[in-house]
Amino acid sequence: MASPAPTHSEPTSLLARVLDSDVFYSYRKSPVTVVASIVLAGLILAAVLAPLIAPYNPFDPSSLNLMDGYTAPLSDSMMGNYFVLGTDHQGRDVLSTILYGSRVSLFVGISATLFAMVLGVTLGLFAGYRGKTTDAIIMRIADIQLTFPAILIALLIFGFARGIIPPAQQESAAVWVLIFAIGLSNWAQFARTVRGATMVERQKEYVAAARIMGVHPVMILVKHILPNVTGPVLVIATIGLALAIIEEATLSFLGVGVPPTQPSLGTLIRIGQQFLFSGEWWILFFPAVTLVLLALSVNLLGDWLRDALNPRLRQ
Amino acid sequence: MLAFILRRLGQSVLVMLVVALIAFIMFRYVGDPIASMVGQEASSADREALRQQLGLNDPFYEQFFRFITNALQGQFGISYRLQQPVTELILSRLPATIELAFTSALLALVFGVGFGVFAALRPKTISTAAIMTGSLIGVSLPTFLIGIALIYVFAVELQWLPSFGRGQTVQIGWWRTGLLTESGLRSLILPAITLSLFQMTLIMRLVRAEMLEVLRTDYIKFAKARGLSSRAINFGHALKNTLVPVITITGLQLGSVIAFAIITETVFQWPGVGSLFINSVAVVDVPVMAAYLMFIAFVFVVINLTVDILYYVVDPRLRVSGPARGH
Amino acid sequence: MRTKLTGIAAALLASSMLVSAASAETVRWARASDALTLDPHAQNQGVTHTFNHHIYETLLIRDLEGNLIPRLATEWYLKEGDDTVWVFELREGVTFHNGNEFTAEDVVFSLDRARSDTSNMRQLHADVAEVRAVDDYTVEVQMNGPSPLYPNNVTNTFMMDKDWSEENDVVAVQDFGAGEDNYAVRNTNGTGPYELVSREVDVESVLEYYEGWWGETPEVTEIIYLPIAENATRVAALLSGEVDIVQDVPVQDVERLSSSEGFKIETGPENRTIYFGYKMTDEPLASSNITDANPFADTRVLEAMSLAVDRNAIQQVVMRGQSIPTCVNVPPFVNGWTEELDACPETDLDRARELMAEAGYADGFSVTLDTPNDRYVNDEAIAQAVVGMLGQIGIDVTLVSRPIAQHSPIILNNETDFYLLGWGVPTFDSAYNFNDLVHTKGEEYGTYNIGLYSNPELDEKIVQLGTMTDLEARDALIAEIWATVQEDHVFLPVHNQVLAYAMRDDITLPVHPENQPSMTSVTFE
Repeated sequence: MASPAPTHSEPTSLLARVLDSDVFYSYRKSPVTVVASIVLAGLILAAVLAPLIAPYNPFDPSSLNLMDGYTAPLSDSMMGNYFVLGTDHQGRDVLSTILYGSRVSLFVGISATLFAMVLGVTLGLFAGYRGKTTDAIIMRIADIQLTFPAILIALLIFGFARGIIPPAQQESAAVWVLIFAIGLSNWAQFARTVRGATMVERQKEYVAAARIMGVHPVMILVKHILPNVTGPVLVIATIGLALAIIEEATLSFLGVGVPPTQPSLGTLIRIGQQFLFSGEWWILFFPAVTLVLLALSVNLLGDWLRDALNPRLRQ
Repeated sequence: MLAFILRRLGQSVLVMLVVALIAFIMFRYVGDPIASMVGQEASSADREALRQQLGLNDPFYEQFFRFITNALQGQFGISYRLQQPVTELILSRLPATIELAFTSALLALVFGVGFGVFAALRPKTISTAAIMTGSLIGVSLPTFLIGIALIYVFAVELQWLPSFGRGQTVQIGWWRTGLLTESGLRSLILPAITLSLFQMTLIMRLVRAEMLEVLRTDYIKFAKARGLSSRAINFGHALKNTLVPVITITGLQLGSVIAFAIITETVFQWPGVGSLFINSVAVVDVPVMAAYLMFIAFVFVVINLTVDILYYVVDPRLRVSGPARGH
Repeated sequence: MRTKLTGIAAALLASSMLVSAASAETVRWARASDALTLDPHAQNQGVTHTFNHHIYETLLIRDLEGNLIPRLATEWYLKEGDDTVWVFELREGVTFHNGNEFTAEDVVFSLDRARSDTSNMRQLHADVAEVRAVDDYTVEVQMNGPSPLYPNNVTNTFMMDKDWSEENDVVAVQDFGAGEDNYAVRNTNGTGPYELVSREVDVESVLEYYEGWWGETPEVTEIIYLPIAENATRVAALLSGEVDIVQDVPVQDVERLSSSEGFKIETGPENRTIYFGYKMTDEPLASSNITDANPFADTRVLEAMSLAVDRNAIQQVVMRGQSIPTCVNVPPFVNGWTEELDACPETDLDRARELMAEAGYADGFSVTLDTPNDRYVNDEAIAQAVVGMLGQIGIDVTLVSRPIAQHSPIILNNETDFYLLGWGVPTFDSAYNFNDLVHTKGEEYGTYNIGLYSNPELDEKIVQLGTMTDLEARDALIAEIWATVQEDHVFLPVHNQVLAYAMRDDITLPVHPENQPSMTSVTFE
């Protein structure tokens, strides 16, 4: 069974410590969280193993046959091929596109969140530690960033990137641009939280002592302050991951996103919603359910994590 | 005090300028407005002439300077798409967006607080778990899909509510309201629900967390010891203490509700500024895009400034460090 | 409970539908987008023209078969003895909505306005030297040279009232550089069947029948025009009974709507061909792995591609039957179209692979395909399907899809190696295609010659077409040009679009080939 707590292979003592900890206790006591983590682990595993377990490779256009299109779930296509969850308008196996699509969504979501986290934490530490002008500038930038809703920022960055990248390279760059755009629209949350915590820690005596002893500021930040903000950062990151995955889907609805030949879950939903009235419900339904399961399980884990890491809420 | 306000004002102006600059740099790359402005027959020479006429060939700083000078006078030029003054267009679309945003903020507040209190008071029940999980489904689906699903169920299958638009509207001065007619109110229901789900979840979680903390504090324990009824404790003391941060956050979120309305407005053909913006992006209607972004920036700056000043008045220690903000 | 409520709702709805059917004069007409302006000469764009045709009128108009028929002009002919002058005889007794009489003076004014510098219609009148009124009901248009097809260009040029325009200071068309909008953008005074009652851009426009109209009183006396951008929402509005006619119906919903009780679909061919084009110069392609030659410069490769594209599968699956496969990029109503040109060879992958090998590309090559994703019916899906088909013969295509606003500059600046485009022929004559698509790219010609195809011999013939008055010889020359174009595989056409209008089943709105239906043609059962 997968557990979000760090698992280690060799020292049983660490494992024992984890199993014995308050956090694990609260995990075990919450059946919803256990189910959510199993679902999430299953989805991630399926996405990672997509090339091995998917019945078809939907990202290889030359393997597709248009005449397989619109096959209903659990039935044979006109060409005599069998598809468990049916096919879409290009004759792609829906199950395979979901597996490959989750891969794209997770990759974009995780990368964007990591990017936002690294950027936000770094700037937050810096602002909180240096204070004064540095702090004012960074926090004003965060203000501007928060001024613009994430979706709008991503939309503009994407358009901007389209403009400066030569047409021939845009295709391969699309995913990275998307990660950059989503990441850049979410860093401010991290920065705010980390800055606040840093300001508090900076005042403490052990930090002052370390400073007097001539420890390099970067070391102080990394060794003393960073560990104190891990909890909240983790919570923001989890919620941020769910947000990033949904944001990718929303951007896709606005016509911005990964190429249609390598669809993410969001792109699949955008395509699928065209078939809502025409009867091919499976093209929309299965990707949508997958996205809900994915985002919901991430959100539930984040929820639990927030409560578990908040000592004041622990009973 | 005055110095603080002046400094904040200065910073706000700077923020607006930077937003304008960034927006302006980006516009150069989002597409070619000319393509949508001329017909298929236009020759290369014609296109070039129009480009010249619009000043698109001028150096970047000249265009930017021109934009700022005009913007300061409230002039955002003529929409490339609709050939009408942009300021007028935005003003005529504003009531629709504001009514939608306020209604959904209200929905989010009422239901968010209600569910949040319930979840805090009965932490271990099945219904709380159901509410907590159920509310997450609302944020685990893209807004556009929720909107389309609502239309499918309530407009097409059940035919209870309209699928698009604002219904009948009444003009009061320059404000065109949909709140005074039955069809206007009916039209508001689906978009308002769609838009409120995200905020509702946020507020609910916030209320629950705050309530849980307040309920553990000494003075609540003391109140219990004094034998006050649990109703008086829960609503008279606990909730009252919870509401201050909740209302602050809701206020701060109002701006992002307005911005997030882009998607909802597009799905429901709601004639607000958000759908105006999306229509403009498709054809690179730069004057409208620029004005919209400046408007959004302005709303945020005003809200932030107000909150900062209020905080300053309430508690001078809080000065530079602003309040925490949600997504 | 739910079923009961649904039943009640359905009953209520049915009764309200009965009421509106009985009064039978208001039509709620939904489209994907709104008219951009009411100024008749400010935009040359289909949606805008379609709307304005209800308020303003043109000298001539196209009927449902695409033929030119009289409107404000009753007769038109080349002046005897001078084939550079077109004569238009005007309809008498026509009045504008404000009561002013329509005369030759108004035509001169309107054509001059349409030819002016800030007008977007001026390209269609580029060959006009002078417009003059001979008497109150006769107008002569002096051309720069023989222009046998000029009447084809006037079907979207609307007639305005000279006095009204002068009174309201709208003699000039909107100038974007100016800081104000033009009165004519929001106010109208036409001779058309309907008058503008109210208009809220992107929301709703209401038109009412003009009692003084010269034509037969239409069945529809009130039009409520409702732009609904989202496909799903627009179809939902029809299904829920909130609109009566939907003009832009997504192809995938055609079948469901035509089989749903209470609704029907009218279909007809549209004047628009979807085709692929490629860079045909000798330099290597920017996006290809072949760096010493351009595979598209080899006709065998182009022929192989055409053989590999299964147009019938695209029609059946991507277009849900709502297209007409073709191998020439003009639709059937256009002068110069023939069945032979239109006919496609059977899809033959073996032959295609053979041709690829003969050309030296047995192992294939890679290239990037640029497609718009918000312009034509299922444009992105068509491109995607073709990517798969070309993959079968070893061409590794990377697909990039963009909104038309970004696609357009890339293709017009010839920055694409391989692209998808749709093309309509408003003049209904092949010369229009040759001028813009085939002639070597230059100031006046070849604006959309995106593949930079260049054949000086053809260029000469194309220029010659412009002034030929012997229509038989001209048609022969057109056929000659087409033969060369097809031989050189200048384009890879896929299909002609089919238009589908969906409506309540007690209403009929026939499909117009230029997608410019008139509500005067609506009939009720």
